[in-house]
Amino acid sequence: MSKKLLLKHDHEPGIQTYEVYRKHGGYASVEKALKTMTPEAVVEEVKKSGLRGRGGAGFPTGMKWSFLAKPEGVPRYLVCNADESEPGTFKDRYLMSRIPHYLIEGMITSSFALGANTSYIYVRGEYYYVIAILEKAIKEAYAAGWLGKNILGTGFDHDMYVQPGGGAYICGEETALLESLEGKRGNPRIKPPFPAVKGLWGCPTVVNNVETIAAVVPIVNDGGEAYAAIGIGKSTGTKLISASGHINKPGVYEIELGLPVEEFINSDEYCGGVWKGRKLKAVVAGGSSVPVLPADLIMKTAAGEPRLMSYESLADGGFASGTMLGSGGFIVMDETASVVKNLWTFARFYHHESCGQCSPCREGTGWMEKVLHKIVHGHGEMKDIDLLWDLQRKIEGNTICPLGDAAAWPVASAIRHFRSEFEEMINSHAVEHA
Amino acid sequence: MENKVQFKPETLALAKEIMGRYPEGKQKSALLPLLHLAQAEFNGWLDVPVMDMVAEVIGIQAIEVYEVTSFYSMYNLKPVGNCLLEICRTSSCWLRGAEDIVSHLENKLGIKEGETTPDGMFTIKTVECLGSCGTAPMMQCGAQFHENLDTDKVDSILDKLRADGKRTNYFDAVVVKEY
Amino acid sequence: MLKVTIDGQTIEVPEGTTILQAARMLGPEVAPPAMCYYSTLETSGGYCRTCIVKVTKGSEKDPRPMPKPVASCRTMVMDGMEVQNKTSPELLEARKGVVEFLLANHPLDCPVCDQAGECHLQDLSFEHGAESTRYEFERRTFEKIDIGPNVQLHMTRCILCYRCVKVADQLTPGRSHGVLNRGDASEISTYIEKSIDNEFSGNVIDVCPVGALTDKTFRFKNRVWFTKPMDAHRECDKCSGKVALWFKGADVLRVTGRKDAFGEVEEFICNTCRFEKKDAADWKIEGPRVIDHKSVISSNHYLANNQVPDFAFREVADYKAIEDKPVQPVPAQNQLNN
Repeated sequence: MSKKLLLKHDHEPGIQTYEVYRKHGGYASVEKALKTMTPEAVVEEVKKSGLRGRGGAGFPTGMKWSFLAKPEGVPRYLVCNADESEPGTFKDRYLMSRIPHYLIEGMITSSFALGANTSYIYVRGEYYYVIAILEKAIKEAYAAGWLGKNILGTGFDHDMYVQPGGGAYICGEETALLESLEGKRGNPRIKPPFPAVKGLWGCPTVVNNVETIAAVVPIVNDGGEAYAAIGIGKSTGTKLISASGHINKPGVYEIELGLPVEEFINSDEYCGGVWKGRKLKAVVAGGSSVPVLPADLIMKTAAGEPRLMSYESLADGGFASGTMLGSGGFIVMDETASVVKNLWTFARFYHHESCGQCSPCREGTGWMEKVLHKIVHGHGEMKDIDLLWDLQRKIEGNTICPLGDAAAWPVASAIRHFRSEFEEMINSHAVEHA
Repeated sequence: MENKVQFKPETLALAKEIMGRYPEGKQKSALLPLLHLAQAEFNGWLDVPVMDMVAEVIGIQAIEVYEVTSFYSMYNLKPVGNCLLEICRTSSCWLRGAEDIVSHLENKLGIKEGETTPDGMFTIKTVECLGSCGTAPMMQCGAQFHENLDTDKVDSILDKLRADGKRTNYFDAVVVKEY
Repeated sequence: MLKVTIDGQTIEVPEGTTILQAARMLGPEVAPPAMCYYSTLETSGGYCRTCIVKVTKGSEKDPRPMPKPVASCRTMVMDGMEVQNKTSPELLEARKGVVEFLLANHPLDCPVCDQAGECHLQDLSFEHGAESTRYEFERRTFEKIDIGPNVQLHMTRCILCYRCVKVADQLTPGRSHGVLNRGDASEISTYIEKSIDNEFSGNVIDVCPVGALTDKTFRFKNRVWFTKPMDAHRECDKCSGKVALWFKGADVLRVTGRKDAFGEVEEFICNTCRFEKKDAADWKIEGPRVIDHKSVISSNHYLANNQVPDFAFREVADYKAIEDKPVQPVPAQNQLNN
């Protein structure tokens, strides 16, 4: 059996409600932190746990927390990034709608650690029903005394609000999210300053993903060392993986980091194998932004080692033969799928979602989509492959925020590993048109 | 002006409550939630007078509202049908047949993507990833995620929406999801 | 003071100086091009990415190079920093990419554009661009709109530098124009074609690096290189009244702010001076204005004191020698001596 932390009780009937959640040990971390620990001690446990940001970047959470500026008399904020929009990713929606109190508990404990008396959960607007679930749960938490003034008589005050987005992938980038929360267009800010120094309304702010904040609950309950004992190497703890595409059992799975990819795909406990008895062709392992890998390279590294579900193992071989864990959006393609056409849907996505602030992304994403549209619709020429390669190269690294890279990497990896598929598509259409 | 666009009193009260969630002087933060309220109250889209009204309630310039509404994809700046059918077409949904769902809807309703049926009942809109990849293909209508779609399922959803005859919005009753 | 080395030239600058500002102190030949940064507009810069540079050494304290090219207009100098601009072929290639992106949707209607001859995008593509474009799709187009009686917005030419929005935000009360839509559908607009009518709105014309915002009172009157710029001033109760007048014969065809070697106006001027004072008698003429050395306007013009530039009569060989010599910016007071 796998180790489960966040989804230990997700199938208990009524776990959405405060009573059932509390019965299963809910809010223990708040009690423990507020009554027996100092904020610094909580930060210390998170550092010890080795927890890394679960939104995609994988930055050590404890370190991010320790960067938070603490000027006298200036409020600090915790903002939860629930703008889950990376194609292939739906774990946060599952967690929030299934066990809303888990996130709320993590928010309170984390806010205590950071000295934040107000926090906001920024949820993508399309998840309005999730917002309703969260708001109901927050009301319950207020009624039970976990939110509001003088929580548990410790003198710690905390208010929590849910903020809806308006429909924009870019708001998953933390500074764009803050702009949006300030009622503006979701244009990423130019860093520095980082949110830890100047964030929401110019105040020091920590922005963390839903799953990251939730993971603080078991870290405080069981201690950072216990959490660090789970997983493999620097990939500590568990990770929620959103599995989708051509598999028998799509869904959200909590895995212990270090699980072999092959087991994840083929075991009945997880994906249940490629659907319809077909062969595996390719996998996008960490959400649309990460490089796509062909079947052989996702199962084994270039050196022939079994590939594991961990930050390090998935990245093994760099971009030449590896990929990234990213947000854990695991998209599987069977032998009948067209990698090029799937890439076109990604390119269309990034074109649609580019905020338009900086020129390489604004113009480059649209250009790449048009070239791919041309190829997919039977008008491609061989020179288009080189053009695409050059365009992604000129976008990558030259933009304000990581959206440019996110748009470039899928294109680069598809050409790197599936160039022949581009050529076949172009040639076969060339024959048809002759 | 006599026929000035205004929120219903209960919506205005809710708007004021939302504005109270932010520190003094930061009420612009209420813009996105208030625009959702306005869109639900004024027939599913945001006409210029509605946006101007929201600007006035918050106390900001009208252009600050236009900048925002035209940036985010959920705000409709043109009239839409009673039921806005938003079909995801990105990767996982595409891999599992989103294109077939769109063409089925187009055939069934006799309109193209982006259009509204003559009776004003349905609008088809293709959208990018809605975070429902594990239950693909999917479409959203109001608050509801309709998942694991096939053409039969789409037909019964349309029948039900037509029978209800109501305008859907993102504030529809909470849908408690069971997986 | 912080020490920074840009393309092998070292300079000491005060804390808080950006790499771009430091490069400008070294001179126009060293400075990276900038299409969106405008020193007098707060929060400007960072968008166009033409000023990107390679930081090969972060600082004396932390000598690690920066992993990606950075926008020099928004990156502060650190003590001991080493920067490559024109000396990095890799960076020039990246910049060429940026220029290609900026031109991808640009109409290239220079023959009928009022900005031609003083257009920063023209200069940029001449110096940093490729000979041809690989973009083969339909370019986006917009209808021309009038914003107020004196300014025309031709959005098709816009490169979304946001400078005009910053002017509207920072110079004028009650902003009525901004950026609408997103991605490559973004546009500068008032949404419902409200006019921009307040005393400083005309400055959007001067800050626009391309021909997207033009002066309707000058529209199609003449090509800029046929007009003679003169520094002039008048008593004005709204602004400093210090302007550049653009003459054709004895007629004032247009009035603009005085632009420095980097294309930035020294002082913003009011609409009265800009649009309503088109009679030479309205002004006290100070003398001929020396224009940015790169401009076609200055390349065949006179210098201060109405002198003909001495190199105009030289042999071609000498001329080449002058071209190769880095040009120093002319201090403002020298330009004005008459």
